[in-house]
Amino acid sequence: ATPGLAKMPYTRFVEVGRVVLINYGPDAGKIAVIVNVVDANKCQIDSPATGVARQLISFKRIALTDLMVEVEKGAHSKTVEAAMTAGDVVSKWEKTSWAKKLAAKKRKASLNDFERFKVMVARKQKAKMVADKLASM
Amino acid sequence: MPKETKKGAKEAKTPRFYPADDLPPAKVKMVNNPCKLRASITPGTILILLSGRFRGKRVVFLKQLDSGLLLVTGPYSCNGVPIKRVNQAYVIATSQKVELPKKLPAIDDAYFAREAEEKAEDDEGVFSAEKAGGSGPSEKRKADQEALDKAMMASIKKVEMLEAYLQAKFSLKNGDKPHEMVF
Repeated sequence: ATPGLAKMPYTRFVEVGRVVLINYGPDAGKIAVIVNVVDANKCQIDSPATGVARQLISFKRIALTDLMVEVEKGAHSKTVEAAMTAGDVVSKWEKTSWAKKLAAKKRKASLNDFERFKVMVARKQKAKMVADKLASM
Repeated sequence: MPKETKKGAKEAKTPRFYPADDLPPAKVKMVNNPCKLRASITPGTILILLSGRFRGKRVVFLKQLDSGLLLVTGPYSCNGVPIKRVNQAYVIATSQKVELPKKLPAIDDAYFAREAEEKAEDDEGVFSAEKAGGSGPSEKRKADQEALDKAMMASIKKVEMLEAYLQAKFSLKNGDKPHEMVF
């Protein structure tokens, strides 16, 4: 993204257009785009595509992702929305293994008792298959 | 003042105590209703029993009796739990439901009343070894259980793995947080 920093060990920078994952607060779990940087602690984010209101948020509450969006500093919500759809950010995010792991964790937490039983049986069947194969080798 | 204890003079005197207001006596409004059933418990819900001989077993809820207790069955042929009554407080309701047969046996609290035992004619009978041990369930109970089991197993077998689920016991494993688990 930023030129002249090719030798930096860091690859994800806080910059306008960086896609972030909100970790805490009412919008936890959603992605948003950095639209402006306030100071060393806060930035302005926006994401009409995922329903995040334009707001100031502390860096402590967000995590940087590898994805970027082409927006200029201070871009209005409409521009941000257009850029997000143009860059297909939401579907790109869903495809990352990070997003898939989060989704899997959420699914596991929402399993009901019968589903947990079925998962247990499936794990045992898989373990048996592995053990049988190992024994025959 | 000396206490007046002459019985003859009692009616003529004003009583020592009388109520401050001229109100009629309050009507007793106590009504004995069965305990309110949790919204998560509907006929056909699979429940997890938490205490008693069958703790950990998953059973099917049939209906709530007039005493407030829940009528449940294993079914017996599935996991060994007979038609019995269970207190709502000692039960976790899962979100899994089973289709109940349309006609359930007519069972109420009187069904579970203790049968009056024949009184021994003489004292020797009390110590005899013949009476030791329970006599087992009555023929009526066995018949009701069999009929109900037959009807219920038909709908249980329709759902994959449900029979195995009812046969398995519930237990908490390491790392389980019951307050965060969805049932």
